[in-house]
Amino acid sequence: MDMKRSYYEDIQLLDSGTKKFWFGSLIIILLIIPFLIPGYYLHEVSYISINIIVAIGLNILVGYTGQVSLGHAGFFAIGAYAATLLVKHLPFFPFIFALIIAGLIAAAFGFILGLPSLRLEGPYLAIATLGFGMAIIQILGRFSVFGGRMGLSVPDIGFLNDLLYDSGLFTKTQSRDVNLYYIIMSITIIMALMARNLMKTRIGRAFIAIRDSDIAANSMGINLTKYKTLSFAVSAFYTGLAGGLYAFWMGFINPDSFDFILSILFLAMVVVGGLGSNIGPVLGAIIISFLNLNLQADSISAIPLLGDLLTVITENWMNKGGIASVSIIIFGLILIFIVLFEPLGLFGFWIRIKKYWKTWPF
Amino acid sequence: MIFFQLVIDGLSIGSLYALLALAMVIIYKTSEVPNFAQGEMAMVTTFVSYHLMEYYGFTFPVSFLGSLIFAAMLAVFFEFFFLRRAKEPNILNFIIITLGFERMLYGLAAWKWGADQRLYPSSFDPLPISSSDTFNFGIISVSHISLIIMSVAFVLIGGLVIFFKFTRLGIAMKATQQNLLASRINGIRTNRIMSFTWGLSAMVGAIAGMLFVPGTATPLDSNLMLAPLIKGFAAAVLGGMTTMIGPIGGGFILGIIEKFFGFYISSEFETTVSFTIIVLVLWFRPSGLFGRHYIRKV
Repeated sequence: MDMKRSYYEDIQLLDSGTKKFWFGSLIIILLIIPFLIPGYYLHEVSYISINIIVAIGLNILVGYTGQVSLGHAGFFAIGAYAATLLVKHLPFFPFIFALIIAGLIAAAFGFILGLPSLRLEGPYLAIATLGFGMAIIQILGRFSVFGGRMGLSVPDIGFLNDLLYDSGLFTKTQSRDVNLYYIIMSITIIMALMARNLMKTRIGRAFIAIRDSDIAANSMGINLTKYKTLSFAVSAFYTGLAGGLYAFWMGFINPDSFDFILSILFLAMVVVGGLGSNIGPVLGAIIISFLNLNLQADSISAIPLLGDLLTVITENWMNKGGIASVSIIIFGLILIFIVLFEPLGLFGFWIRIKKYWKTWPF
Repeated sequence: MIFFQLVIDGLSIGSLYALLALAMVIIYKTSEVPNFAQGEMAMVTTFVSYHLMEYYGFTFPVSFLGSLIFAAMLAVFFEFFFLRRAKEPNILNFIIITLGFERMLYGLAAWKWGADQRLYPSSFDPLPISSSDTFNFGIISVSHISLIIMSVAFVLIGGLVIFFKFTRLGIAMKATQQNLLASRINGIRTNRIMSFTWGLSAMVGAIAGMLFVPGTATPLDSNLMLAPLIKGFAAAVLGGMTTMIGPIGGGFILGIIEKFFGFYISSEFETTVSFTIIVLVLWFRPSGLFGRHYIRKV
């Protein structure tokens, strides 16, 4: 049933009718979402969508090429600042080109960071990427072009704003959110399809070969220099582009929002979702960024049963205002338990469920 | 002479980096786990010693020893319940597990002690030390506390070198790292060795933490150990994570570079410069300055 008869069948993007159907329905649902859910949640969906782009990009590097990176917040920051400065200083420059250029600048940095990866592995590469991320923040915080520690305000990209407002369906603030939502979501879908396509090409197969064994890949004629740096560059392009979108979404950027913790968050999305799969990082990004947005102090004490217990513990033994930190503990526990019990992440769960029902009742 | 003063200051801060780096290398040597939770383990331990002194009225030596025991127990707990249970022990999974533990400890400390900054007691009753006194050797001055840091670091480093070279346990640890299966066949209880390694490493890291806070007059908060952890890690990588001399040398070099760069050029780019140097060094010597590069056999 799953047999493929030609190479062209293998490289098809949507290879079965079922997939085409679900993909089409997904697009339709995403198109009508702004009419169904209120403004604030739409804002959140846009944020999640930005993180999906980062997770997909990071997955190309970590999941498919097998290189560790703890510095993706650096690329994210580069993208955000590049896009902001371009739009700010060249007002008539279309934002979409600004985003692409921001992605390319990040990709150039990715290429440079990819060079040490040719010789480093394991903790050595981790510390090199980590250092890159921290150095970027320090440099951005220092120069006044980048707004220093105070940060920069980002001009609004009013692409469809007026159109949406004139249609009479949305208020002024709503139409800003809806506009951003459509821009971010369409870019996310394009980037996701591109990533899926990339993995079906010669380049994608080279990445996977490097992950499985770089020595074997090298002896089969895969140019390690080319493909490792390319993987870093592609991953950085995704992250930089997402960084640009984040700047437009946030409306304000400063160096502190791109710290080391953000890099861990990105890595967590990929790991929780499932390394080396297409759907995994998307699921991971959705869950992690949803928790990140919604797990605040009051929502923790509102969790049924557990919330009351945590409140009592906090009042008796802990610091009064400290209950918000429980979310950090939960985040850490998720990371540990995913690796301990399901190294393939949510994608692994999905595979198991699928297998179970395929052979049910056996 | 400002030169010698900077060297002394660099050695003082460098010995703290060296201790943290050493703590990480002890673990990495035995189990190949890059321990990103090292800093937070030290941070929580420092908070525990602060808590013992501030709320239970113990003296400094008692709380010091008490929190060392706590550190060892914490690390053994982590190793036993989390790390040993990993299904697929590869480097990425280890990084994720230790990062998760790092977040857990960070959250726990922020939950227990809050976000407000606290001051670690500056007098070490009943020991006759105060963090404000200095010795003056003619032109250079050294504070008591940094002298203590350096001597503790030197004694500890010396002790550990001897331990790994001459004791049965130390040699068993090295054997476990080199070939797990062979050492198990030869009668080494490798699981027990792992627990012991983690306990030892946590104690070394905790000592570094408890010296770092009064030594640099840093106020206590849960972000306390992030910068030192990264410097310590960088020192370990700079020197090479497979040798004993690596982290020590790396720590001192990093400390001195940092002080000199901070004095002569600018203290703002300290981190950037030290990381640039590290990346350059690694480019030419991928296993660190002192490490021997092993070519993997296929």
